Amino acid sequence: MRTPRRLIAIGVSLALAAGSATGSDLKDLYFGEALYHAWQGHYFDALQRLDTEVAMYRGLDQPELDTLHFHINDAEFSVGDFELNYRMHHRAGRAIKAVLEGAVDEAVRNEAAFRLARIHFQKGQLDDALTALARIKGTVPVEISDDIEFLRANVYMATGRPSEAVKVLAQLRSDESLAGFVAYNLGIALLQDGRPQEAIEQLDKAGRLTTADPAGLAIRDKSNLVLGTILFESGNFERAKQSLDLVRLEGAFSNQALLRAGWAEASAKQYDRALVPWNILAEREPTDVAVQEAMLAVPHAYASLNLHGRAAITYGRALELFSNQIKRIDASIGSVREGRFLKALIREETRQDEGWVISLRNLPDAPETYYLMELMASHDFQTALHNYLDLEELRSKLITWKTSLDAFEDVIRLRAENYEPLLPQVDAQFRKLDSRIRVRLEQRKHLSERLKSILTAPRPEFLATAEERNAAERIAFIEKQLGDSDNPGTVALRQRAARLRGALTWRLETEYHERLTAAHVHLNELKAPVDALNLQYEAFVRERQSATHSYVGYDVQISRLRERVSDGLQRVDSLMARQGHMIESVAINQLQARRERLVAQQTEARYGIADSYDRAERAQSGVEER
Amino acid sequence: MQTLCNVVLNRRMRVRCRPILAARVFVCALLLCLGSVHSWAQQNDQQQMRGLDEQVQEIKSDVLSIAQELNRLEERLLYPSGSQVAIFIALAKGDQMRLDAVRVQIDGQLVAHHIYSFKELEALRKGGVQRIYVGNVATGDHQLEVLVDGKLEGGADFSRTERFTFRKEVKPKPLGLTLAGPNSGNTPIALGEWQ
Repeated sequence: MRTPRRLIAIGVSLALAAGSATGSDLKDLYFGEALYHAWQGHYFDALQRLDTEVAMYRGLDQPELDTLHFHINDAEFSVGDFELNYRMHHRAGRAIKAVLEGAVDEAVRNEAAFRLARIHFQKGQLDDALTALARIKGTVPVEISDDIEFLRANVYMATGRPSEAVKVLAQLRSDESLAGFVAYNLGIALLQDGRPQEAIEQLDKAGRLTTADPAGLAIRDKSNLVLGTILFESGNFERAKQSLDLVRLEGAFSNQALLRAGWAEASAKQYDRALVPWNILAEREPTDVAVQEAMLAVPHAYASLNLHGRAAITYGRALELFSNQIKRIDASIGSVREGRFLKALIREETRQDEGWVISLRNLPDAPETYYLMELMASHDFQTALHNYLDLEELRSKLITWKTSLDAFEDVIRLRAENYEPLLPQVDAQFRKLDSRIRVRLEQRKHLSERLKSILTAPRPEFLATAEERNAAERIAFIEKQLGDSDNPGTVALRQRAARLRGALTWRLETEYHERLTAAHVHLNELKAPVDALNLQYEAFVRERQSATHSYVGYDVQISRLRERVSDGLQRVDSLMARQGHMIESVAINQLQARRERLVAQQTEARYGIADSYDRAERAQSGVEER
Repeated sequence: MQTLCNVVLNRRMRVRCRPILAARVFVCALLLCLGSVHSWAQQNDQQQMRGLDEQVQEIKSDVLSIAQELNRLEERLLYPSGSQVAIFIALAKGDQMRLDAVRVQIDGQLVAHHIYSFKELEALRKGGVQRIYVGNVATGDHQLEVLVDGKLEGGADFSRTERFTFRKEVKPKPLGLTLAGPNSGNTPIALGEWQ
């Protein structure tokens, strides 16, 4: 029952891809950037960016002020999705569990539980998948409600509970994207549940669904193929043939359908009619198992029709084909052993499109891939191939980073060479300027305080000009010189000095308000240049700091990174070698198995030729005797 | 499927002549024998593949963490927050313009020129945002000039240039440009300032 599980997984992943976080009303550019990479299939880059963003968001004191806050649920899910797409199931599971255990609303929690169940299902952890599904309660997002039930049914089927799967699938009314999968799986569940008649009816329905979607067409073909096979097994050859005839001639299941359609005819002793599908099949890609089978089936039909000459000729063709294919496989095994298969895999153009596994067939210098299509279709082998490619990608990243670290060290060295001779002079000059600036700022501050104080306690002398201050000081000096003498000349001089002081005081007192206003205006006029000075000062301090920061304090980080990169590179190299060896040995095993099958068929063809000649001869002598 | 194949083989055998039947029985026995050895080997391979898969997942995790640290280092070293400016490109929601290229100039200097592949355009249409440029500028006012080339739904060429002024403060400056076709009702090139 692995096939239905695989088909189901495809259905689910397509549905999710369509519904994952999109940039509608995007508020966070960096989240949008992660999506941009993910939509192109660059999951490493997407993960690297989004992981950093989410980690930064989690470290904020007030995360609700950050723009990621608007998308945090989507972002957390997307991390899980990206990890899943990057085949990091362990981390994907952890990311989704974190959502599940966080303070989120019911719909979000249910979606997380569904995603977790899907991961467990894909990893074959069926009990865990059921546990996760059991956590879904209450409000379920409409867009995934069908997917949940579909997954539930599949887990039931995979755990050997087909009757429960039948109950779930029978109630599921899904849209067109899932309809074919639901109908097919229901048929299989009924079959597993020991209800063959209902299974036949259900598969018949699944095989007649109207669809234009390629996945829907493929599952319809599969339904008809399985139904045809079941009917064939039960001896209902005519109906089996009708179902097999519904399989499209150009689809992935057409070769098997043609082969079985021929057997359905042959079993009903209609050898001439069996030749029609088999002859079509015999003209197809000779590496296909069904085609190779048909190469023996065609002469068998001729022999059954007593056309022994034709049988001998077609057995001869089959023998030639098998011999050629054995040579081809031998060449392929040699090619794999020489490492050409792995080299072909990592070529850049191989991975340009999503169907790169299929396009491997077209590589002129990788003949082995013709015989590995079946193997390549298996989930484990595909994972191994993808892992090999991922490792190659990681390797090239690590090598680039090694170079980047060298470049960073160069940048740091050049900056140090540039700044180190300059900075002491700059610092010395700055210290001088800094003390002058401080003095002036202190003066301004003092003046400002004075002005503030005389607002409440008027002190006109504080607003005297320098000339007036000098005059006041001279008057005070003269008065001191004159002393307290009663000498008339001295008294006259003292009176003159008093008049002068009075005149000065008069001026200061009468002009006080005017002068106070002017002083405020002048002080305020200083504000703009002082602000500019402060800004320039701060800018200088920043630049000065950034000059130091541009080359100081990186040594530890760079050497740690260099160590991590080297260590990573070593591990990647070692893993790549093991993964590559594994891929090659599995491929060689597969090729050898196919070779052995071809050798057996070759033997059969040889017997067939001999037998046909023998029968033709006997038939001929029978005619002559008569 | 296994039983099905056996049935098919049995039916074939029933109608074949005796020498071939004998040979076929032998071949089938051989195939069955090989099949079981093969499936055992397959199981063993599967286990090994899964073991390797676990290790690949671990190394991916480690390399991702190295990438993050390296990114932080790169940002600190090459684009410190005091001078960092980053320009992002997004397409207006639902816009069907085929974006061909974007050129960006800051203060008269060409800083980015990007020609879009099909995949990149699709990623933008689905709501992705491209960081087209990250660099350094001094604090203060700067001129930004954006030139967009594309094709409209009808196939006609479309080209538009817009000029903006932005102010760079002490913190990093992200600038988001949202592009739209002229018939969409949106401003063809809109500059949004982000936190």
